[in-house]
Amino acid sequence: MKRVRLVHVLIAAGVVAVAVPAAGVTKSQALPTSVGKGEGKLTLVAWEGYTEKQWVAPFEKATGCDVTTKYAGSSNDMFNLMTSGGGGQYDMVSASGDASLRLIYAGAVAEVNMKLIPASKDFFKAFQSPPNNTVDGKHYGVSLQFGPNVLMVNKKAFKKAPTTWGALYDPKNKGRITVPDNPIQIADAALYLSKTKPSLGIKDPYELTKAQLDAAVQLLEQQRPLVKKYWALASDQIDLFKNGGSTIGASWPYQVNTLRAAKVPVVGVIPKEGATGWLDTWMLSSKAKHPNCAYKWMQYISTPKPQAQQAIYFGETPVNKKACKVMDSISKGACAQYSGNKTESYYRSIKFWKTPITDCGNGQKNCMDLRAWTDAWTKIKG
Amino acid sequence: MAVDSSRVEGPAAAGPLRAVSRFTWRRPGLVTLGQISTPVAAFLLVYVAALVALLIQSLWTSDSFTGKVIHTWTFDNFREIAEDPYPTIIRRTVFIAAAVTVTCMLLAFPYAYFLVRIASRRLRIALLVATVLPLWVSYLVRVYSWRLILNPEGALNWWLNQLGLPDQNIAYTNWAMWLVFTYIWFPFMVLPVYAALERLPYSYIEASADLGAKGWTTLRRVILPLAVPGLAAGSIFTFSLTLGDYIAPSLVGGPGSSLIGTVVFENLGLANNLPFAAAFATIPLAIMAVYLALMKRLGAFESL
Repeated sequence: MKRVRLVHVLIAAGVVAVAVPAAGVTKSQALPTSVGKGEGKLTLVAWEGYTEKQWVAPFEKATGCDVTTKYAGSSNDMFNLMTSGGGGQYDMVSASGDASLRLIYAGAVAEVNMKLIPASKDFFKAFQSPPNNTVDGKHYGVSLQFGPNVLMVNKKAFKKAPTTWGALYDPKNKGRITVPDNPIQIADAALYLSKTKPSLGIKDPYELTKAQLDAAVQLLEQQRPLVKKYWALASDQIDLFKNGGSTIGASWPYQVNTLRAAKVPVVGVIPKEGATGWLDTWMLSSKAKHPNCAYKWMQYISTPKPQAQQAIYFGETPVNKKACKVMDSISKGACAQYSGNKTESYYRSIKFWKTPITDCGNGQKNCMDLRAWTDAWTKIKG
Repeated sequence: MAVDSSRVEGPAAAGPLRAVSRFTWRRPGLVTLGQISTPVAAFLLVYVAALVALLIQSLWTSDSFTGKVIHTWTFDNFREIAEDPYPTIIRRTVFIAAAVTVTCMLLAFPYAYFLVRIASRRLRIALLVATVLPLWVSYLVRVYSWRLILNPEGALNWWLNQLGLPDQNIAYTNWAMWLVFTYIWFPFMVLPVYAALERLPYSYIEASADLGAKGWTTLRRVILPLAVPGLAAGSIFTFSLTLGDYIAPSLVGGPGSSLIGTVVFENLGLANNLPFAAAFATIPLAIMAVYLALMKRLGAFESL
């Protein structure tokens, strides 16, 4: 009797183990309480430039975890790599905000015990549990680096830099505007509308109802005839500002820095409405084969030195406030150049990219999801 | 001993082979089938199976959140194609493809005629090499270089200013796309037209002149009809290549320059909507089928 019962228990446990992860978000594997010995290997999906030798080699030497990286071309690419084929080939992904919620709700990434990542205490408050990687108080990965989307203007054309995103919708600037070719750009219009048309009731630019999305689409359709080019690559916009006749556009700090280095008198401002931005997160696959090495990687990549190295290499801002000093020691003035020394309220003012999903917390599931955004973007561009 | 035994076993081993040989000797059709089975299998697997898979995919849908394909049969994808803005995008694509094809024809015919009839042997070889030379350079580099040429402060405006002409301002417009496509697909038009004209015997032209036809009549009634297969073959290249392209619109196109390829790419790369991308990809297929039928109707294939 006893033996039969044990078999039953085992079968039941097996069924639960298989069925529960398939059920999606709510499952939670037991969180590790300590990090064991490394497995000798770590496989990553990352943006190009995120796993450079200068900060990966010291990690490999210290932990014995050999890092292999697969570069992803887009957020969608990352999502597919982490979900297709069972998703067991890769341990971690450096997901951006427009993919992270999708990964969480698809059950592709696991909860992370932040207690095991001591350096996360030194993160700016805004990045300790941001909504794009923390759901119901559960952390799905460790914040990495971020950047705001800024309004870039050429000072030759604008004696006084505009202080509102409205400049991008102003017919006076026709033919000089450049805007990223990405559906998430709709959030910029929504952010502007949330301040200029409070009657629409937009609280979060990533949580839009049908009516709110339509309003944003209408604004962007009016913008279309003013746009010189929807740029796909950062280098496109750099070209357009150098000799392509563009003098104002939605941009990233990377373009501002690159153009300044090329002696183009541009300035990047965050207008009074605030700004959207991106925040990348190292997320742990729910089927990671090398979880100990993954935890060791999260511990390491959160510390000031690799944070500073990556920030300078890629032109973004570290989430660890102690990285500032290291940045300045690597290259004088780098911390200020990449906004690593701003106040907490500055970081709070940035609305970080978040996957648009139907459930936006009001219990009605009436928000428009990423596919609706993408379809709308196709319409806007014509 | 060893040699002897192998001699004995030799014919015995060939027994079944001989049977096969006898069997096929009487049925030559089977031999032909056996010989072409590999290419036929490759054709069926690589081309036909892929197309069938595409058609089947286009009748499915996908989960809008996870992007997982849902295997229920529906025409929703095609209904969506009929809605704004997709008909505009399809019309724009066909129009630009047609404009590029006509421009390539108008440029390629006199050029190919010059190569065949007028240019010296040496000049002809030099010009032919120059025509195909751009094909050795990466497509991306060629499209990018046009961006630099067309930019407001680019090479073209510099030359226009040197000549005292006003600035052009066609960078990042549909005009720029038309220009770049025409440049990029031009060799694909020149080569078939050149081949068609080269095959045309000089005696035909002499005969036409002997019968009293003037140069223009000879061109219209002798040369042009015989060049039609070349023009048709070239137009199939330029038309279909433009229909499917998505790189040039993203690099040199502006707002309102989305083509069919752009929509397919965005549904694969951003929306993760494989079935809709498959459904949209059947549109150029249908357009090409109509186009080829039209070409056949014009008798373009008879002399190929």
